[in-house]
Amino acid sequence: MNTTRERLVLIGNGMAGVATLEQIIKLGGAYDITVIGSEPHPNYNRIMLSYVLEGSQTIDDIVLNSHEWYEENHITLHTGVTVTAIDPETQMILTDSGLQVPYDKVIIATGSKSLILPIPGHEKQGVVGFRDIADCHQMMEAAKNYRTAAVIGGGLLGLEAAKGLVSLGMDVTVVHLMDDLMERQLDSVAAAMLKKELESQGIKFRMGAQTAELQGGERVERLLFKDGTTLQADFVVMAAGIRPNIEVAQNSGIETTRGILVDDYLQTSMPNVYAVGECVQHRETCYGLVAPLFEQGMVLAKHICGLEAQPYEGSTVSTKLKISGVDVFSAGVFIENEHQSVITARDDWKRTYKKIILQDNIIVGAVLFGDINDSAQLQKLIREAAPMTDELYAELMGTGGCSHSKKKASVETMANDEIVCGCNGVTKLDIVSAIQDKGLTSVDEIKACTGATRSCGGCKPVVEQILQYVLGDGAAVASSQGMCGCTTHSRDEVVAAIREKGLRTVKEVMNVMEWQKPEGCSKCRPAINYYLGMIYPVDYQDEKSSRFVNERMNANIQKDGTYTVVPRMYGGVTTPEDLKKIADVSVKYNVKAVKMTGGQRIDLIGVEKEDLPKVWEELDMPSGYAYAKSLRTVKTCVGSQFCRFGTQDSMGMGASLEQRFERLDFPAKFKMAVNGCPRNCAESCTKDIGIVGNDGGWEIFIGGNGGIKARLADSFCKVKTDQELIDLCGAIIQYYRETGKYLERTSEWVERMGLDTIKAAILEDENNRQQLVERVNIALAQVEDPWQKVLNDEETRTALFGKKVEV
Amino acid sequence: MNSVQTFYPVGQLEEFMSRIGRVLELKGLELAVFRTSDDQVYALENRNPHPKGGPIAEGIVSGHILYDPLYDWQIDLETGLVQAPDEGQVRTFDVKLANGQVWIAV
Repeated sequence: MNTTRERLVLIGNGMAGVATLEQIIKLGGAYDITVIGSEPHPNYNRIMLSYVLEGSQTIDDIVLNSHEWYEENHITLHTGVTVTAIDPETQMILTDSGLQVPYDKVIIATGSKSLILPIPGHEKQGVVGFRDIADCHQMMEAAKNYRTAAVIGGGLLGLEAAKGLVSLGMDVTVVHLMDDLMERQLDSVAAAMLKKELESQGIKFRMGAQTAELQGGERVERLLFKDGTTLQADFVVMAAGIRPNIEVAQNSGIETTRGILVDDYLQTSMPNVYAVGECVQHRETCYGLVAPLFEQGMVLAKHICGLEAQPYEGSTVSTKLKISGVDVFSAGVFIENEHQSVITARDDWKRTYKKIILQDNIIVGAVLFGDINDSAQLQKLIREAAPMTDELYAELMGTGGCSHSKKKASVETMANDEIVCGCNGVTKLDIVSAIQDKGLTSVDEIKACTGATRSCGGCKPVVEQILQYVLGDGAAVASSQGMCGCTTHSRDEVVAAIREKGLRTVKEVMNVMEWQKPEGCSKCRPAINYYLGMIYPVDYQDEKSSRFVNERMNANIQKDGTYTVVPRMYGGVTTPEDLKKIADVSVKYNVKAVKMTGGQRIDLIGVEKEDLPKVWEELDMPSGYAYAKSLRTVKTCVGSQFCRFGTQDSMGMGASLEQRFERLDFPAKFKMAVNGCPRNCAESCTKDIGIVGNDGGWEIFIGGNGGIKARLADSFCKVKTDQELIDLCGAIIQYYRETGKYLERTSEWVERMGLDTIKAAILEDENNRQQLVERVNIALAQVEDPWQKVLNDEETRTALFGKKVEV
Repeated sequence: MNSVQTFYPVGQLEEFMSRIGRVLELKGLELAVFRTSDDQVYALENRNPHPKGGPIAEGIVSGHILYDPLYDWQIDLETGLVQAPDEGQVRTFDVKLANGQVWIAV
């Protein structure tokens, strides 16, 4: 055994370098490791920054290696320190802080920086790049103080930055030199579809525009274009490209051109010095995407550990745009030449596009828009230079037939060290070993164990295929339907068993259906509790311990453990007296924020748990169920009571629908809206049930969603009388309650069931409609206000809301 | 364990609802106390191991595992260890049961 271990120094504490270290540690490399990074953070997932900006993730969420990870692996970490040069004579790393670190081997992984165009005015305040957490913070700050932003560059980074700024409430224009967006990854058709989609998300575009100057005082105020026109902007993001960070290499006399030159084992021109990631130039190419960096890291790790490694021969680059709700993918050749042939499928109704490019029948490139389920397979086919076959064609272009077994085969031939999850660097072998060694049977378990699918989720289809391949047919099919990791039984099987076998408690369901975990998990317990309540509305004893915190406490928990209180305001209408009460209670209990919700009511944020019952008591208003899988609000416009356009009394109808259907348990949260005329001011199209009044009746829309996956509601039917409207709402609600999967919103439910099936069950079958209405009435007869219930039940009040102080 | 630890009586077993956590303040510490379905009692510090913090008392209890109420991390009630793929540990306190009385050591 060696007593003194070799010293390995990593310059750059980013994804490429740390991923390489993780591999080295996994392979048992015996080094004393030191990491020097200039950012003041531990290693984070840089490709997820756009989600941070968009607001769907926080910086904490994207940290990949915590400080503890460095400690556990005995890695010395210097953050906020910049390496200036490597001295090969003394084998020392020199830094700007005066720190000197001796080395035996060095890995340079300094990444890249935003290319700041050297146009006049580029140094003004309010001009930033988009590369790191600091840029992200600047953009979030700017959004608080400024209105208009311009993003220079309509590539991947620019579009992600623009979407982020729009989400932060800014008026954003993307300025792009070319006529097509992402012209280095997409063809004109896909680029046009993308532009249209992004325009509908609120991004403006100025195409074919070359910025000549940034004008203004100390701070930027406008862009001047080459054609003499201008664009107002008090914040500018430069996202016109990236440049490898090669200063360290240059200062040390290592050969560089655009990036740091490396050979097929990532070795630089200086002995014992390697480079990996975006800072390198390998066979003429600098990569700016995540997958190549894992592939390079894998080769480098093996080489450094003295294991035999296949040389790195370059990567097939593929692109995925990380904007929620916009799915774009491209790999390999994306614009064909005259020697190549093209297969395309374009669907302007579903807004999808698929193009595959062949050269001498070999698949050399692909572009996908809208539906990117085939992305992993196409990427692999392109990398392997696979020939197009009849079978592949049928599979990819969907000419019918079952493609199951063929998909499996492609997973079978995938190399063991191929990276499946690009966000977290998880290989096929990691997944296969996890399945085999730990007996995993679901994607959720694989996620929990390896981290695959955890970030963007794009690799989920491939993970599913690997799971099926490893488990074999029978087992895999069964497991993929299970309602959670605790069982192989699907929702329908569980509901059928409850009905047929007369199961009465969560425990009974789990015993009889042979749950693998005797008490289930946070997924199945609330679901079974819901199904039992739905099936036995009169006698089922709701199981508080199987309710998610918000439904148990009748309030929404916040990250600091305080809660929010939202009282009912039927139809979004309140009174001066109620407003006074809300104000008084807010002052008395020191509420941290008072906010209007999206559903036309008032949210008291930051109430201490112990104060909740007192706040409810003093408000003396019904619970608004803002925390529940239940009817949230019925949003209304002013309607015929006051509005000169109103044809129906939307406020009155909204309030009476809300009073009628409140407090009922649903599979997921449920929102409604009532409009007095077709101007639709209360936005029916994004509601679970949206109602639009017209002269002589109402039109009902179902399955709308304005949240995570936007969907416009489908027109369901028209009715003439108020009573018909109320009955139909009841029938739709009950049908959804009886057939919906727990947590499945109506937008997904309508797509899964099919609108025609729902129409047939409710509109065409009058008898069935009557029965649905009867059953919903039975369920509605059982409900009571949860806040009053707690106030009248001293035992529950103490158990849930009391804080017992002992000396 | 520490030989100087002192157990304090915190109530009868029946005062703790099965699988519903309860917050106690003991010697200046905020504890989350859980009674599992096998009538064991576990006391943990009421502090979420997630970097954003928050409480844990309101989570869903399954066997000896707690699903934290904010981030759905799984925490072993016996050891306080966070289950993979997440990492961390919650401080635990010794509990003893005698004649229906629950004692916690801090």
